[in-house]
Amino acid sequence: MAVAMALTAPSLNFGVRSFTRLSRLSQRLFSTAVIRYQQEFTTLEEKPQFPGASAEYVNTLEFIQPNVISGIPVYRVMDRKGHIVNPNEDPKLGKEMVLKMYQKMTLLNTMDRILYESQRQGRISFYMTNYGEEGTHVGSAAAIEMQDLVFGQYREAGVLMWRGYPLDSFMAQCYGNIDDYAHGKQMPVHYGSLEHNFVTISSPLATQIPQAVGAAYAYKRSDIDRAVICYFGEGAASEGDAHAGFNFAATLECPIIFFCRNNGYAISTPTYEQYRGDGIAARGPGYGIRSIRVDGNDVFAVYNATKEARRHAVSENQPMLVEAMTYRIGHHSTSDDSSAYRSVDEVSYWDKQDHPISRLHNFMINQGWWDDAQEKAWRKQSRKMVIETFERAERKLKPSPKLIFTDVYDTAPPSLQKQEEQLKKHVERYAEHYPFDKFERF
Amino acid sequence: KKTQARKPLIILRAGITEGAPRGRAGYPCKTVLCSHFANETLPSTVIFGEDVAFGGVFRCTVGLRDKYGKDRVFNTPLCEQGIVGFAIGSAVAGATSVAEIQFADYIYPAFDQVVNEAAKYRYRSGNLFDCGKMTVRAPWGCVGHGAMYHSQSPEAFFTHCPGVKVVIPRGSLQAKGLLLASIRDQNPCIFFEPKILYRSAVEEVPVGPYEIPLSQAEVLQEGSDLTMVAWGTQVHVLREAANMAQERLGISCEVIDLRTLQPWDTETVCTSVAKTGRLLVSHEAPITSGFAAEITSVVQSECFLNLEAPVERVCGFDTPFPYIFEPFYIPDKWRCFDGIRRLINY
Repeated sequence: MAVAMALTAPSLNFGVRSFTRLSRLSQRLFSTAVIRYQQEFTTLEEKPQFPGASAEYVNTLEFIQPNVISGIPVYRVMDRKGHIVNPNEDPKLGKEMVLKMYQKMTLLNTMDRILYESQRQGRISFYMTNYGEEGTHVGSAAAIEMQDLVFGQYREAGVLMWRGYPLDSFMAQCYGNIDDYAHGKQMPVHYGSLEHNFVTISSPLATQIPQAVGAAYAYKRSDIDRAVICYFGEGAASEGDAHAGFNFAATLECPIIFFCRNNGYAISTPTYEQYRGDGIAARGPGYGIRSIRVDGNDVFAVYNATKEARRHAVSENQPMLVEAMTYRIGHHSTSDDSSAYRSVDEVSYWDKQDHPISRLHNFMINQGWWDDAQEKAWRKQSRKMVIETFERAERKLKPSPKLIFTDVYDTAPPSLQKQEEQLKKHVERYAEHYPFDKFERF
Repeated sequence: KKTQARKPLIILRAGITEGAPRGRAGYPCKTVLCSHFANETLPSTVIFGEDVAFGGVFRCTVGLRDKYGKDRVFNTPLCEQGIVGFAIGSAVAGATSVAEIQFADYIYPAFDQVVNEAAKYRYRSGNLFDCGKMTVRAPWGCVGHGAMYHSQSPEAFFTHCPGVKVVIPRGSLQAKGLLLASIRDQNPCIFFEPKILYRSAVEEVPVGPYEIPLSQAEVLQEGSDLTMVAWGTQVHVLREAANMAQERLGISCEVIDLRTLQPWDTETVCTSVAKTGRLLVSHEAPITSGFAAEITSVVQSECFLNLEAPVERVCGFDTPFPYIFEPFYIPDKWRCFDGIRRLINY
């Protein structure tokens, strides 16, 4: 199975010996009374008794070598032409499901193109596209249950798309108009939805990782069939909070899937400057976490790995780590010009030759589930849907400035009520200096 | 009824125990009782942090694990940003979460989680998500020999942060009522426990649950000549200074325990200053940008016509908290008494 492969893979850094070390480690994690193994040994069967690790003595000096050149293998289900490589791994999702995957990925792509352009025209202040990573979103989202709580970073809009978050809500958030649940308080693409179990995105990187672990612990205690999935990029994995989250999840035995989008760059920083180990997946076993690396441009590989991770996380109350290898085809954000630090050819390779959408497209063509006419019609339809909602969102007013003061606390303290009153009086006196043509009245 | 004051206990982070013997049953720490009731009323309540399982280095959680189970009272790895991040997530998922930071001095690794995350959770999500069920407890304040990292009073770092509540009790009775209110409050609360009082302040505390409302100061002693404001241990110092002023100078001081620093009770303080015309604010933390500066500024703005002397701030110096020099560093009763003298003679 997909997940077992990560643990048994011989390339797991230190060869056979390290594998036995790991399995003993995992045994020890579930043993509450390590001390009882302490006993007297003869010199011949002398064993280390240190409480901090379960290991043999060695009598020669040897440092463990990290295995970076031949790293943890990348699990894939279909090749770039959309052919299933190993029939045993085919998830056999059925036409309807696959069509939905394809449509959600392409709809996200269409929305990305239109909102990216709208930022370029100064109609929204900021945007971040999902180009090249649509497969990681949809593949993983399809593999978990709707009641599972999602903690994300910011490049996971496809998860919301999969869950049926309306286009109008995406647009309302980016415009900060009266329909935005958060009253326009956050920058664009900081989506959130209680109904879709998607915790509101925040800008500080990796802060959601230990939070997701806490939520998973609460679910474990409430004894309901709920898991937590936590997305983050490979850059965010360098934050201290990532270390905290992985370690807490293992020691507190939480039903959580850590899903790392390793797209090669954190803004301008290539992974060579981000870490020197074998990516993020290789860190999992160090925390006692079952880990796997998948082809993030293969929606079925992502689906299979996430499905099995979810099953195991919930049934065993153990954390799981999925590292999806992919490539950030777009700029980091609308505030970034990625040609300043990487070649156009490099980007072009991934866009033209190894893209999650075109791979799934190939698969569907191979199955006879899709053709050029359908593609053309869907492109036209999805574009129309996006543009219509876009125009609706743009026409709407922004919420009243009095909402500056709401939701700081559950109820506004007197000092805040006073400040609201001060602003109200002020803008009444100086109304012509404030953009009230775009906002609801105070 | 006051029993004989005991030497304060401090267990250094390195694990060196000083002062009183360990393992004594029936330790009267207020938070033990309080946490009991939080547990009984809310079965989702969990308590966690470094070394809380065996009862905590200050014994605030003694017996809780045995009574409520190891899934509700448990140790975490040694990582403050993890503890607060975990607490936020647990609260987001609906569990009442009481996290312990072993010393307030070690809350800074979690500063990002408190300030950028906990404080802004409700606001940024438009109330879709919140972590109001989270309370972070931390031992706080000087202890006689805690030096730089077992003595700090970091409240002013947090009062600058809209979205969190900051609460500091002055004794056992107050601690239980305020902590229970903090745990039940639907906003993230930081609850600083003056650790020098853990063993020295013993008073009768009701066994049953009770709450003391947040954001309400308490006038402990009425007076007519000047107002004095403090919180935590410093309240006791001001009461002593007030007695000294009464005996030596015939001055009548009104003593106020602020109790909640964010959002704080401006009304009680300003009403008092409007009556007395003079104000002295005192805290252990360094003076520059300490919370006394906020109180001073609001009072001069609200009570400008009533003030008969500049507001006095008697605080720690703008240095790190020193080891052997602690008796010279802290704003003790003599420095407070001298502040009263200056105010009266202005």
